[in-house]
Amino acid sequence: MFYREAGDFKLSYQSDSQTFPIRIDRAGYYLALIVAFAVVPFIINDYWANAILLPFLIYAIAAIGLNILTGYCGQVSLGTGGFMAVGAYACYKLMTSFPEVSMFIHVILAGGITAAVGVLFGLPSLRIKGFYLAVATLAAQFFLVWLFNRVPWFYNYSASGQINAPERDTFGILITGPNATAWATYLFCLIFLVGCAVVARNLTRGKLGRSWMAIRDMDIAAEIIGVNPLTAKLSAFAVSSFFVGISGALFFSVYLGAVEVGEAFGIQKSFLVLFMVIIGGLGSIFGSFAGAAFLVLLPVVLKLVGVDLMGWPTDIVAHFQLVIVGLLIIVFLVLEPHGIAQLWRVTKQKLRLWPFPH
Amino acid sequence: MLDATEGYTTADGRKIGGVVMEMKNITLRFGGVVAIKDISFDIREGEIRAIIGPNGAGKSSMLNVISGFYIPQEGEVWFRGEKRPPVKPYEVARQGIARTFQNIALFEGMTVLDNVMTGRLTQMKAPIWAQAFWKGQAEREEVENREIAEKVIDFLEIQHIRKTPVSRLPYGLKKRVELARALAAEPKLLLLDEPMAGMNVEEKEDMSRFILDVNDEFGTTIALIEHDMGVVMDLSDRVVVMDYGKKIGDGTPDEVRNNQEVIDAYLGVAHD
Repeated sequence: MFYREAGDFKLSYQSDSQTFPIRIDRAGYYLALIVAFAVVPFIINDYWANAILLPFLIYAIAAIGLNILTGYCGQVSLGTGGFMAVGAYACYKLMTSFPEVSMFIHVILAGGITAAVGVLFGLPSLRIKGFYLAVATLAAQFFLVWLFNRVPWFYNYSASGQINAPERDTFGILITGPNATAWATYLFCLIFLVGCAVVARNLTRGKLGRSWMAIRDMDIAAEIIGVNPLTAKLSAFAVSSFFVGISGALFFSVYLGAVEVGEAFGIQKSFLVLFMVIIGGLGSIFGSFAGAAFLVLLPVVLKLVGVDLMGWPTDIVAHFQLVIVGLLIIVFLVLEPHGIAQLWRVTKQKLRLWPFPH
Repeated sequence: MLDATEGYTTADGRKIGGVVMEMKNITLRFGGVVAIKDISFDIREGEIRAIIGPNGAGKSSMLNVISGFYIPQEGEVWFRGEKRPPVKPYEVARQGIARTFQNIALFEGMTVLDNVMTGRLTQMKAPIWAQAFWKGQAEREEVENREIAEKVIDFLEIQHIRKTPVSRLPYGLKKRVELARALAAEPKLLLLDEPMAGMNVEEKEDMSRFILDVNDEFGTTIALIEHDMGVVMDLSDRVVVMDYGKKIGDGTPDEVRNNQEVIDAYLGVAHD
């Protein structure tokens, strides 16, 4: 009744192809932006930032990245953790080599370096597809983690083999290190997330996105219509790795502060991001947000309900979490392969007609 | 009979121009199997050229040679006065050859509009940073190409399903969307692989009408494979007949219809 598009006429092709064609969606989007930028920074505290908001923002960037590769271009990747590690170590080397430069530039450069590495590991995709490509990216995952463990240059010959984020700022505001404030780190990550989401949306609704989806849906027909599979696939790997690299850089420098590569960027991380994309919805930017929010919130909510409310032991609740995630993956794959995003779409469709469905 | 540069006039008075595509002594082998044996024919500007023949005659292989899927072992492909080197299918598309498939090859996960817009991909040149921010050249190109896509959508009468995902469409409409995608590329040569396979009479009539209209309105040169003889004889200006990888007839529908070899191939002949 209130959510409808009647009377919302499109008079130009620009307005017809915009991201939120329905007025009320657009209003909701701006409202969310205002709340995220102008309200949350004033009420944020350390617990909220570290337990929920920072991981959500950072994982959402990673999920958008993987979604471009897997959801839009159809190339399955299990190397997300490895590419996040590339972003993290690139950021670390940049931070320690050029201390005066703004963190902003470091993070973006780290993304660029990851994009180059992603293209390199994307080369096998020109020959192999599906499961075999997944195994090839799995090799990338293990190789990259091994590399960062074994070559001391990457961790500046530190005795522990860990990398620690030194204190760095942007525009005079401290972003990394133990003394960074919650609101600054939150805003820093939020800016990157919004930027990544806007760029991802623009790319996927335009020329590049169409060539990715064409490759995903039917590569032979894509080639016959003039899509060069080489540039389409490699550009998907580049853009995807760029986002994943940014998220890895933020994950290390802003969120964790100290990283041991096998622990922070192991194969579990690849699966976690893949689960986010599957549960959230393949081929949907909104789905990346939904999946990241879901998997970040799930352990927090479970702990709240299980440990604090019901008084169960912590380890049982932790195991429950694994069971629930596994179950959800199966349920989603069987019942709704397009994830939360599709559920949301169906709800909107129903709302549009409500209360007169005929 | 026909000169390379001069055209001819069809029975219904349309002027046919010079040679657009010429196949010279094409031979295509798969291991020991000879799919196409020493075939030559040409396609002229503005004409509707049919390739017919019994099952397994090598018609689809021929279309695949034209669209660059198969590289023939022998022979030359000449397109618009130039000999074509062995090229990849996407390069063929960029030269202005579009095609449809026998069993529909649409992008099922995309809407009809997006499918048609993929036909414009070769014309969109905006750099990635312009696309990333949806500014300048990217936005301009999107609108310009959308206008062309909308013209095609309008022409093929599929406006009502513009925003529908292709996977939800019935077979007949999918065929039409596939034609729209090929047309959106504004091809110089349009290849149709059995555009009427699996359709009922009404859908066939619609499709025939669209093919004739496309040829008429845009002057598009069309080469098509079709099994329905009635349709082929009505639509096409000239017909190539293939059997077992060899060319057994070439000419106007009337000439072909009276060709003894063609009759034998289709009706069968006693071997003694």
